[in-house]
Amino acid sequence: MDTTLLVIQGLNGLQLGLLLFLVASGLTLVFGILDFVNLAHGSLYMVGAFICASLTFYFDSFLIALVVSLPLIGIFGYLFEIVVARKLYERDHLDHVLGTFGAILVIDTVAHIIWGANGISVPLPDYLEGQVSLTSDIQIPVFRLLIIAAGLASAALLFWMVNYTRLGMLIRAGASNRTMVSALGVDIKTLFSLVFAMGAVLAGLAGMLIAPITEASLGMGNNIIITAFVVIIVGGIGSMKGAFIAALIIGVIDTLGRAFLDDIFALFMSSEAAENSAPAISSMLIYLLMASVLYFKPAGLFPPKVR
Amino acid sequence: MSAILQVQNLVKQYGGLTATDDLNLELIPGELHAIIGPNGAGKTTLVSQLSGFVTPTSGKILYKGKDITHQPPHTRAHMGIARTYQITSLILDMTVQENIALALQARDGHSFRFFKPARSVKRLQDGAMEILEKVGLAEKAQMKTSELSHGEHRNMELGVALAAHADLLLLDEPMAGLGPDETGKMIELLTSLKGDRTILLIEHDMDAVFALADRISVLVYGHVIATGTPSDIRNNEKVQHAYLGEE
Amino acid sequence: MRNILGKGLSSWGMMVLLLIVPLIFYYTGNAFYLDLATRLVILAIAAVGLNFVLGFGGLISFGHAAFLGLGAYAVGIPAYHEIYGGWDALASTNGFFHFGLAIGVGALFALVTGAISLKVKGVHFIMITMAFAQMIYYLVMSIEEYGGDDGLVIDMRSEFPLISLDDPIQFFLIAFASLALIMWLVHRMVNSRFGMVLRGSKGNESRMISIGYPTYRYRLVAYVISGAICGYAGALLGNFTAFISPEMMDWSRSGNLMFMVILGGVATIFGPVWGAIAFIVLEEILSGFTVYWHLPFGLMLVLVVMFSRGGISSLLRGKEDK
Repeated sequence: MDTTLLVIQGLNGLQLGLLLFLVASGLTLVFGILDFVNLAHGSLYMVGAFICASLTFYFDSFLIALVVSLPLIGIFGYLFEIVVARKLYERDHLDHVLGTFGAILVIDTVAHIIWGANGISVPLPDYLEGQVSLTSDIQIPVFRLLIIAAGLASAALLFWMVNYTRLGMLIRAGASNRTMVSALGVDIKTLFSLVFAMGAVLAGLAGMLIAPITEASLGMGNNIIITAFVVIIVGGIGSMKGAFIAALIIGVIDTLGRAFLDDIFALFMSSEAAENSAPAISSMLIYLLMASVLYFKPAGLFPPKVR
Repeated sequence: MSAILQVQNLVKQYGGLTATDDLNLELIPGELHAIIGPNGAGKTTLVSQLSGFVTPTSGKILYKGKDITHQPPHTRAHMGIARTYQITSLILDMTVQENIALALQARDGHSFRFFKPARSVKRLQDGAMEILEKVGLAEKAQMKTSELSHGEHRNMELGVALAAHADLLLLDEPMAGLGPDETGKMIELLTSLKGDRTILLIEHDMDAVFALADRISVLVYGHVIATGTPSDIRNNEKVQHAYLGEE
Repeated sequence: MRNILGKGLSSWGMMVLLLIVPLIFYYTGNAFYLDLATRLVILAIAAVGLNFVLGFGGLISFGHAAFLGLGAYAVGIPAYHEIYGGWDALASTNGFFHFGLAIGVGALFALVTGAISLKVKGVHFIMITMAFAQMIYYLVMSIEEYGGDDGLVIDMRSEFPLISLDDPIQFFLIAFASLALIMWLVHRMVNSRFGMVLRGSKGNESRMISIGYPTYRYRLVAYVISGAICGYAGALLGNFTAFISPEMMDWSRSGNLMFMVILGGVATIFGPVWGAIAFIVLEEILSGFTVYWHLPFGLMLVLVVMFSRGGISSLLRGKEDK
């Protein structure tokens, strides 16, 4: 296990963690404020990736496509809130789960009809394709650095917005006292729609950023949503800070586990046994982490104080 | 006579708010001990701590001489403490008889009996009917609990507590929301229970309290300011000032 | 709970038709419908298992497909080693061993994951059961020897004395008899003293605790029983498809099971069977029209949730409360 590889995999873990945060922050925001469980949140991530992929070909530029896609996915989230989610707020969580499960089937099938069953790979412009040398022997793809920068910037923006702006103040107030905020003359329905749209933009952004690395594909949303659940369970459902820390922990553990677990196992078992068992264990690592956190802290690492 | 329940220096704080403040209380076996006090005096918080749903910040609760401060609620139930709820808390989608039978069944130790239908366990069903006779609900035994009136629910609450055959009953405002007739019946019912077991009664209805109680403790801001017989309490200046004087 | 057996006569009629109609189809040359009915019956067993905790216990598990998958792998893996060697202790085609293993593994997984997830309630419980199911999904996907995400063909079905699972009629009858037996067992259990505690805990948990029930233990036992039933259904499913793959545990499968239980009638004995019938018939009809049958299916689900009065949870209580 040399340092070069460790640094590179560490950065990969950071990147995964930040993408997870983008997805999980929307989920935890919507749950914390609207008390709404949105299984279809992963579909927003997928739709974001597909829209961006199509627009990349249309504009012949990934960056322009990204900038145009963000408001589009926001509008999509806004409409989803008005048409489906809003009708379910007053219901219990079982209704949320089943209703949004149905919505996933609808959105996935429509995406299937529009974009086809095969994934779409997204080409990057040349200036994003290169590598940056950190030291003489550590090279990092430029695009990965861009993901990390974009992830950190969005996280910072989100924290600033929730904690220091009027909109953020209204959101926090609306979470604890809906009638009070309404009495202030704020249209609470529009406020909630905006929160939902914001979650959609964050999830969509994550999908757009990952698309050039993996590709935009049908199953992507349904895979990440469960990992995002693990993130918010570990972090404490409804807590933004918890989601951020848990996302980074999980991103790093998952990445390093997949990269190094066989080497670690080889220290105390035969290399053949290590090679066989490492993939199995590393695929379960984050769930085992979740289980142990829950065992000691059922409400997660940073349970929000008031609801 | 040794006390059945001793509460020593009990404190419960929620953040900055002190709901129970250095509370001391002793119950003598067989007495009906009422707790009165203005709204927000911490009466329900006290019941919740005695029954184990709320953990005190500090202090001790002794039951029959044993420290139960950190016992979970279901263990306390098995030791003989039963509570009723201020807001009716029954299993609404079961029948009246099933509710009572479940409370009786809880005394069997464990209920990992998977095969024999519960309704063919004669001992439980008959026992439930006996209790329903006592609280005046025998005729409604087969009705769904959700179909009964509020007053009948209050009686059922008491029935559930009786079914537990508890030595100590914690009754949290059994008369809450009852009309005058129903209150009268409830007083009769409680009178008939007196002596068999120790009862801690929390109640706002002063007529009922003075009619029923052997002793009364007055709770103000989480602290017992006076304990004594009804006539002691009536003549206590501190109490008149803090509580009765308001009316 | 007078109506706990479902809708009375019509439900018994449904069971009789479910037994006879597929056989008629088979003997009139439509073998396909017998296959369809076998799959239906297997899914109905799993739905009955899920309903035990979801309907009677009020525990919304979104991970029950994992138990089905584990049951199927409990058939596939021993059969694989019997044919291709390795892991002698596991290698077997003995049906009793396969089904016993499936039940045991289902129960064990339920015990371990239930012990953790039952400590929390509501949304947490839904998400955690989902996450644990996904863990098993990724686990089997990572094991190359058993085909990874391509899955694995089971070359030999479980072997029993006197009966052969290779014969579709015998297979169907075994599955149907299993369903009937399990429904009867569940009926006995929900009306037993254990069942009363389970249902009471759903109705009012803090009340149950205050009269002296450690509800966590009872729920855990119920969860283990449910896992065992679904493990058994999984063993049947593995034998039926003669193929195992991680896809069997995909969380949309868990969603389908919930769909069956809830639309069929929660906390009834026959409800999950009605639900399984509705699901299979819908799937069959819709997929006949279009390959995009998930679209109308999903749309229907959304609309039912949005426009049923008081939501699904009123369906949950509805029929029995009136």
